Amino acid sequence: MLSDEEIMNWPEAGTATAAPVIRADHLDLTFQTNDGPVHALKDVSLDIAKGSFVSFIGPSGCGKTTFLRCIAALEHPTGGSLTVNAMTPDEARRARAYGYVFQAAGLYPWRTIGRNVALPLEIMGYSRAEQAERVARVLELVELSGFEKKFPWQLSGGMQQRASIARALAFDADILLMDEPFGALDEIVRDRLNEELLKLWDKTEKTIGFVTHSIPEAVYLSTHIVVMSPRPGRITDVIESPLPKERPLDIRDTPEFIEIAHRVREGLRAGYEE
Amino acid sequence: MTLVIFALVLWAVGFGLNVMLANGPARDTGAVRLAVPLIFGLTILGMWELIVRGMQVSTVILPPPSLIAASFAENLGLLWGDFVQTILKGALSGYIIGCGAAFLTALLVDRSDYLRRGLLPLGNFMAALPIVGTAPILVMWFGFGWQSKAAVVVLMVYFPMLVNTVAGLSETTSMQRDLMRTYAATWGQTLWTLRLPAALPFVFNGLKICSTLALIGAIVAEFFGSPTLGLGFRISTSIGQLDLGMVWSAILVSALSGTLFYGLVALAERRMTFWHASHRGGR
Amino acid sequence: MAEASDPKAGTSAGGWPRWLRLPPVLGMVLALLAIWYVAVVPMNVKEVLTAAERAGVEVSPPSAVDRRDMGNWALVFRNTHALGQSWSSDRPKLPAPHQVLVELYDSTIDEELNGRRGIMRSGTLSNRSLIYHALVTLNATFLGFLIGALLGVGLAVGIVHSRVMDMSVMPWAIVSQTIPIVALAPMIIVVLYSIGVQGLIPKAVISAYLSFFPVVVGMVKGLRSPDAMQMDLMRTYNAPTSSVLTKLRLPSSIPYLFASLKIAIAASLVGAIVGELPVQKGGLGARMLAGSYYGQTSQIWAALLVAAALAALLVWAIGAIERRTLRRMGMMP
Repeated sequence: MLSDEEIMNWPEAGTATAAPVIRADHLDLTFQTNDGPVHALKDVSLDIAKGSFVSFIGPSGCGKTTFLRCIAALEHPTGGSLTVNAMTPDEARRARAYGYVFQAAGLYPWRTIGRNVALPLEIMGYSRAEQAERVARVLELVELSGFEKKFPWQLSGGMQQRASIARALAFDADILLMDEPFGALDEIVRDRLNEELLKLWDKTEKTIGFVTHSIPEAVYLSTHIVVMSPRPGRITDVIESPLPKERPLDIRDTPEFIEIAHRVREGLRAGYEE
Repeated sequence: MTLVIFALVLWAVGFGLNVMLANGPARDTGAVRLAVPLIFGLTILGMWELIVRGMQVSTVILPPPSLIAASFAENLGLLWGDFVQTILKGALSGYIIGCGAAFLTALLVDRSDYLRRGLLPLGNFMAALPIVGTAPILVMWFGFGWQSKAAVVVLMVYFPMLVNTVAGLSETTSMQRDLMRTYAATWGQTLWTLRLPAALPFVFNGLKICSTLALIGAIVAEFFGSPTLGLGFRISTSIGQLDLGMVWSAILVSALSGTLFYGLVALAERRMTFWHASHRGGR
Repeated sequence: MAEASDPKAGTSAGGWPRWLRLPPVLGMVLALLAIWYVAVVPMNVKEVLTAAERAGVEVSPPSAVDRRDMGNWALVFRNTHALGQSWSSDRPKLPAPHQVLVELYDSTIDEELNGRRGIMRSGTLSNRSLIYHALVTLNATFLGFLIGALLGVGLAVGIVHSRVMDMSVMPWAIVSQTIPIVALAPMIIVVLYSIGVQGLIPKAVISAYLSFFPVVVGMVKGLRSPDAMQMDLMRTYNAPTSSVLTKLRLPSSIPYLFASLKIAIAASLVGAIVGELPVQKGGLGARMLAGSYYGQTSQIWAALLVAAALAALLVWAIGAIERRTLRRMGMMP
């Protein structure tokens, strides 16, 4: 998305690799409601480095989804600054800098899986040949090859969600924003998709922002865990995971894993007791 | 009197057969689903014939089905002309113009929240009005030809179609709209890939309602003045001549065209909204 | 029309507070009135120019024959000085809104207060007033609506409880919705007239027939609206069919009932009006036909306006009863 020259011109950037892909600086967002103003985000500062996997965890109302939506320019902050790839979020959105995965798959029932995945490609004006090539590639990535001709309602919930991830990957944005993508799935399916997501992240080297309210999920997936708390929505802790990049599912029984999970739980509890 | 008793026997047989079929082992098969209403319909027709003949009801009041059928077969050419005049020229052209105009208005209205909030309640209100009453005025303006019928049809179908299309275009979820935002899709792209497909079930609902309204408009408008053919003209003049066989034949033609018209729209709906929950019938 | 009776289908601008909903609607109404006033000019230009010519004003082109073949807008632009009478001509092709209102006033309030046959002088409603004709139509509408709705609910209850009735009658009820039943109207009137039945009953029969089918289809949907869990609950109580009907099916069908009643009463009014066309014995339909025979456009428009007001009033009244009922049943805040 960004040429080398632009990265070099970034005022605070030391080297190209250290430049944060997403940088939030004293971000505020206040909603005006009938019951008075609601501080959805207050004084949120965070740098997300290229290639990291950042989870946002916290109780409902802590602003984790709101923050993700701010990055995606689906909400507009009322104060502070936020840059994505050194652009405003809205510019980044128009430059198609990220893929977004919602809580529900949200596939269009009138399109086949293949055509659903091709939807962003059609909108962004890719050629027919390239569309077909990319659809085949991302469907293979999420292990849905052979389901191109099926309609969404003929697939299970887990498969639908995988298709929606494929849809977000199709146009090769280097940021992937995921808002509780597996929240509605059962534990077994969720475990498998988590494992697949990690492999995918390893293969594609994308920067991922991931909202969840499951502690094991956050710890298992992330390089950084951002703990947030509500009223007003703010960051209370950022935990850098010492876990290796290679993570089999049973890593969740190791002392290191339990240690980090404990720290996250402490952070969440501290947020509550304030 | 014997014919009347025959009618009662026929009823008992038909009803008994239906009870047997409807509660029998094959009750959920397609054949039975088709057979039961058909048997019911035929029983009614048979009883009608027998009772009218048995009680010697004057044909002016109620002609027997056989007489209607004979009159229908005799006047096929005449009725075809009426069909072309009323259904193809009057109803269909008005239907296409009216629904098309309403659809385009809906797209226009959709771009402005102010227009939508102004037109939707007004459209809902207009859709409930007896617009058929404008027929005398429009016949006066556009003459006795099919053009005035088409104009009545345009007015009748416009508002129901508008209301349905506008409702359909706002039928997307906020998640679907957010998705299109993340792609930085233009208004046109969002319309074409998301909102029009999502609106289709509503659009077809409007089209189905309007198909019946179109025939009503075209036929009633002929009561206010028409050239010497058309279904409405045929009904009103044949009544004057007390040729009830002809009246019923004309009614039969309008009933059949109504069902055919509706059926064609419903068929198109089935093909284009196969993905909608109401059509896919469980996974 | 089957889908239209689904109470969830009609999504209107419900979320807005009342005072915010009104201005856009008023704006639309004003815009329509403005268009109407503008349209009056080209619609009536030929008659207006002929009148102006007679009054000695120079018009172009001067020959009425030439004017007849010209476009209306062209005439308007060539004779902008002679259009003063557009909104007040005697027998307009399209009367201006205020002319319709004047006609409406003349044929209602003025006729009853000052007319020779008005209620003030004769003690009975004048048969030349729209109030009288509206009441004639309203009577038939109500009677037909009542019969149609009662029969419709009855048949729906039968269909829901009897498989045979469901399988034999329901397809015909649905097919009948696709038929322009109004086409039957003049025949019913004439047939009943020929056996000596006339006046209110034939019109009510048409109205009943028209309001019957929407109610059947809507009520069958409504009576079947309780979900499997609610029905299973009744089964666990071993409730008899009658209790399931009165305690579960009927209450759940109320929103569907009202949705179809609104359609039915509008259809019933149309039926009554169309039923008044063949036999000129009073009613709004008769007024419209008379107006069209004598070229009295204002009279047609006034009758149309009254019919529209009646339709709005009837649908609104059903809506008001619906809101009260649903509120009482706790189905609406």
